[in-house]
Amino acid sequence: MPNMSLKKQEMPSQAPEVRNRNFQEVALGYTEEQAVEEAQRCLNCKNKPCTGGCPVQIDIPAFIQEVANRNFEAAYKVIARTSSLPAVCGRVCPQETQCEAKCVRGIKGEPVAIGRLERFVADWHNEHSKEAMKKPASNGHKAAIIGSGPSGLTCAGDLAKMGYEVTVFEALHLAGGVLVYGIPEFRLPKAIVQKEIEGLKNLGVKIETNMVIGKVLSIDELLEQGFEAVFIGSGAGLPRFMGIPGENLKGVYSANEFLTRVNLMKAYRDGSATPIQHAKRVAVVGGGNVAMDAARCAKRLGAEEVYIVYRRSEEELPARAEEVEHAKEEGIIFKLLNNPTRILGDENGLVTQMECLEMELGEPDASGRRRPVEKAGSEFLLDVDCVIMAIGTSPNPLIKSTTQGLETQKWGGIIADENGLTSRTAVYAGGDAVTGAATVILAMGAGKTAAKAIDDYIRSK
Amino acid sequence: MYRIVKKQVLNPTVTLMEIEAPLIAKKAEPGQFIILRVEEQGERIPLTVADFDRAKGTVTIIFQIVGATTEKLNRLEEGESLQDFVGPLGTPSQVEGLKKVAVVGGGVGCAIAYPIAKKLCQQGTEVHTIAGFRNKDLVILEEQFRAVSQKLKIMTDDGSYGEKGLVTNALQALLDEGNQYDEVIAIGPLVMMKFVVELTKKYGVKTVVSMNPIMIDGTGMCGGCRLTVGGKTKFACVDGPDFDGFEVDFEEAIARSSLYRPFERQAHEEACRLFQQEVR
Repeated sequence: MPNMSLKKQEMPSQAPEVRNRNFQEVALGYTEEQAVEEAQRCLNCKNKPCTGGCPVQIDIPAFIQEVANRNFEAAYKVIARTSSLPAVCGRVCPQETQCEAKCVRGIKGEPVAIGRLERFVADWHNEHSKEAMKKPASNGHKAAIIGSGPSGLTCAGDLAKMGYEVTVFEALHLAGGVLVYGIPEFRLPKAIVQKEIEGLKNLGVKIETNMVIGKVLSIDELLEQGFEAVFIGSGAGLPRFMGIPGENLKGVYSANEFLTRVNLMKAYRDGSATPIQHAKRVAVVGGGNVAMDAARCAKRLGAEEVYIVYRRSEEELPARAEEVEHAKEEGIIFKLLNNPTRILGDENGLVTQMECLEMELGEPDASGRRRPVEKAGSEFLLDVDCVIMAIGTSPNPLIKSTTQGLETQKWGGIIADENGLTSRTAVYAGGDAVTGAATVILAMGAGKTAAKAIDDYIRSK
Repeated sequence: MYRIVKKQVLNPTVTLMEIEAPLIAKKAEPGQFIILRVEEQGERIPLTVADFDRAKGTVTIIFQIVGATTEKLNRLEEGESLQDFVGPLGTPSQVEGLKKVAVVGGGVGCAIAYPIAKKLCQQGTEVHTIAGFRNKDLVILEEQFRAVSQKLKIMTDDGSYGEKGLVTNALQALLDEGNQYDEVIAIGPLVMMKFVVELTKKYGVKTVVSMNPIMIDGTGMCGGCRLTVGGKTKFACVDGPDFDGFEVDFEEAIARSSLYRPFERQAHEEACRLFQQEVR
């Protein structure tokens, strides 16, 4: 008899007033008892609607049944069949719009906490399993992966498991892409990312850091060197700015810069070699996960007031529901239906204020969301000493500009077919480099699809 | 690892290092830069490529000891290695087709100006070099510049070597003598480049400046290096570091460069203090 509670097991978490002063993980994870109890809420539907909602098609009811029976390692094996980064996805996937949105239990009451269970299983495995993944026998073929973010790591892992000799080229000094420079420690501990990367190395994947492909080596040179296929997973790293007056004042950051200083360069630690401004009043412009991350980092760095300034309403916030909820609990102030018009500074070029306009929602636009319309004469000033622009990113043009015949969209996204094949033979692409800024799990899905396509291509040669 | 194959103290505050980095040496061009980290947990700092040897597989950097990181870098010796060394980044200097050029270097900026002067000389351009320093002790690369320049003027603020005066005095004198330059290439402190541009604007001589702002990744990711050029926001790391000097908003660039100065000063003092303790 399943557990018929309408509510999911609550996630043990650090108290908001404690955690908004530290960088340790917010959510602490289910205990074994909680996990088993939550797993018993699953009805084990035969048609598995949840699996249909998962970009990497994890057999969700199967792993949850193993949890319910306390076979935690068996549960991990089910997940690992299709997902290469479960400890990461359990933490950062937008489950409420994917698997959990399809859960039958969600029709009346809360859906099964699939994401939390996935995290539990991955953490349990990482803590208890002694089994190191073994390097499979080589099939003698070489593949190159550009970028060590979610799509690149997934593609690398899948190819390595098939016996390919895989080399991952990373531009920064540390592998992980957005998982290390973007998503903060309190949401995704870097030790977890490190563990996943160590796992790949055990599979024989080589990771070469400090390699900016397009500069130090071109894609054509990689192909000449004997890589039979290349996967481009270079992400969407180019920050957008609004183009409003005052954006180059001191104290205005792209979210990329702010988060990179904090996460990759550890600027939050005492004695860090990388400086960061410890602002008192911070406005973060944007409503996505990146905006929430930046706001919560600013709070942890000691800001007294942190605002999220977003031009649409709460309903349209693109961030994961849990991140919005956590941000609110931590004291982040949401200024919704507000749009910045200019940033003002003092005689030293330091930010002092941001002017905003109030907005109201009009007719739906191309995205299907109601278009924000300015309310005439509603200008007001917000006193701030730091503004963080989190309004999106676009793909880096470095690879496109150095690869002849690689076609891209006008906005920079690499054009790839449903298997990830680009306009160049043997060159595949996936993740944010193709779609523009999206989610970790969609990038992983793309890496997975491309790995299969690369295998088919090399076998058919 | 990126081994230091040669270390040479050029003056009390400026050091040259030749670093083993064969892939970068193969691709580097004058005007490009690298980013390095001295140690794990260290910060990333950009330094312009001062020279490269494709056959030997080395890249030369010349740096001024201004902060904690350059202080630590300067303590490494030949045979030791850097943690990270990535490049070549940025767009190479565009020098094709130039017949006659004035190269203006200020202080450690001369390290960036030198490979450009060398490339110009190799392609047959007439090169007039003006190199400015605060005093005689700080003069660097004199012989190297002499070898690639038809004319070389060394300027010092206090007149202790070469001529007394600013680089702009020498440049104005050359222009007044009737030298017709296709281009002036100015590399040095922001204030120096600003005054060079003010001068050349009057003479209508196209002037290229090399910007060296605060940056993290050097690939267009952080946007920290942005500056206004011709009313548009540009990223020095990918759109530059060379820009049309007439179009650069120097006031904004000068303001932006000072953001972390208090932090840098403190970090440098701490690094020096630690070093003195070690020495004792």
